[in-house]
Amino acid sequence: MAKQPVLLEAKNIIKDYGNGQVLNDISLQIHKGEVIVLVGPSGCGKSTFLRCMNGLEQIQAGQILLDGEVITEGKTDWPKVRQKIGMVFQSYDLFPHMSVIDNIILGPVKVQGRDKKEVTEEAEKLLDRVGLLDKKDAYPRQLSGGQKQRVAIVRALILKPEILLFDEVTAALDPEMVREVLDVILELASSGYTMLIVTHEMQFARAVADRIVFIDGGKIVESDTPEAFFTQPKTDRARRFLNTFIYAKDGEKLTSDSY
Amino acid sequence: MFDETTVNMLIEGTGATLYMTLVSTLFGYIVGLPLGIILAITDKTGIKPNVVIYKILDFIVNLTRSIPFLILLILVMPLTKLIVGQSYGSAATIVPLTIAAAPFIGRMVESSLKEVDKGVIEAAQSMGAGTFTVIWKVLLAEARTSLLVGVTIAIGTILGYSAMAGVVGGGGLGDIAIRYGYYRYETGIMIVTIVILVILVQILQGLGMMLSKKLDRRQA
Repeated sequence: MAKQPVLLEAKNIIKDYGNGQVLNDISLQIHKGEVIVLVGPSGCGKSTFLRCMNGLEQIQAGQILLDGEVITEGKTDWPKVRQKIGMVFQSYDLFPHMSVIDNIILGPVKVQGRDKKEVTEEAEKLLDRVGLLDKKDAYPRQLSGGQKQRVAIVRALILKPEILLFDEVTAALDPEMVREVLDVILELASSGYTMLIVTHEMQFARAVADRIVFIDGGKIVESDTPEAFFTQPKTDRARRFLNTFIYAKDGEKLTSDSY
Repeated sequence: MFDETTVNMLIEGTGATLYMTLVSTLFGYIVGLPLGIILAITDKTGIKPNVVIYKILDFIVNLTRSIPFLILLILVMPLTKLIVGQSYGSAATIVPLTIAAAPFIGRMVESSLKEVDKGVIEAAQSMGAGTFTVIWKVLLAEARTSLLVGVTIAIGTILGYSAMAGVVGGGGLGDIAIRYGYYRYETGIMIVTIVILVILVQILQGLGMMLSKKLDRRQA
């Protein structure tokens, strides 16, 4: 994996909302084809970090580089950059007034100026891939949370981004719908997509990640392979964090057999 | 009940009222819609925050909105005369009506656009949508039911304002009501104008609501 070039890189970034630092000197390299999962307690800054990576949040210091080019200095053409960095959100954020297919083709047609017919065909293929072709003319309100999130993933994919950001995409879902969404992401991972994922689903994190990055207090505390992180966390904080999940699961140990 | 001249007058009055109301609403939106869009996007939480532009427009809107319409009507008479050539009659009333309506419409547009879910806007931005695409495809498209309700409210309000213009010879049903009902004590004619005004408001309100419901995709 390390042989691949660095696709997206954060260099010493600092984010401050004005009441204390949210991100405190974070540096991270994401190589092409790599799947990095960010974990950490709520409010640790992992979602903020993700949002900084495509400019939804401004950083106060440091640099972000995409394909070796600094995108956080001078006049960045964010619309252009963001087409290369796809993002899926916790609350799906589909356009409620548009049908599923219109939600998906809006980006390619209006932003990238691609041919509507060709894009529609591609959208249908992608919908089929996530098992939702029969819902293409439905409106978001007619879909379950899991279905909405799969549509949102397709909407990000169709722009052919170089990297995908997932911001707690299953956090708002009913438990039985989490799986259908995570399965889609696992499939994308195995087909070579570069991804940066924020999640609280530890078993999923372990299954999908090439590298786990543990963030606490706006800092990267640990960065390791999933195997090492989940079996032998190096720091006390990581151990405490992982323990909360074991307690939450009523004594059941985290295993790698699921997913 | 009424002779032919009176009936003709009432029909003409209704026409004049509709003409003033609809044309003023149209002009009001030509100014108010961009105004509302700029207010919504330049505010702190907007997609193009700009304190200076927001504060200036915000001040102008508040200033204009705090002048009672009856006084505005008289205040802008020189301007009306300059634009229309006379300061009385239906066409002349359109000038103060538009001036009163535009900031009011701008505010309603602003508040409609601010109701659009921030997440949806971010989703569009994360797809690479620029400011124009976000305004057109997300803000206006997603706020359309709210905007249409706003149009209905605007028409109702402007219709009410147009009747006030009757005091200074503005033409239309308000003019008739004041001339006959107030100055000549012909209560019958006044009541008829009120009934017509009520029916007009009901019809326009009903149409607006129907349309806005039809365009709403959020509910079953």
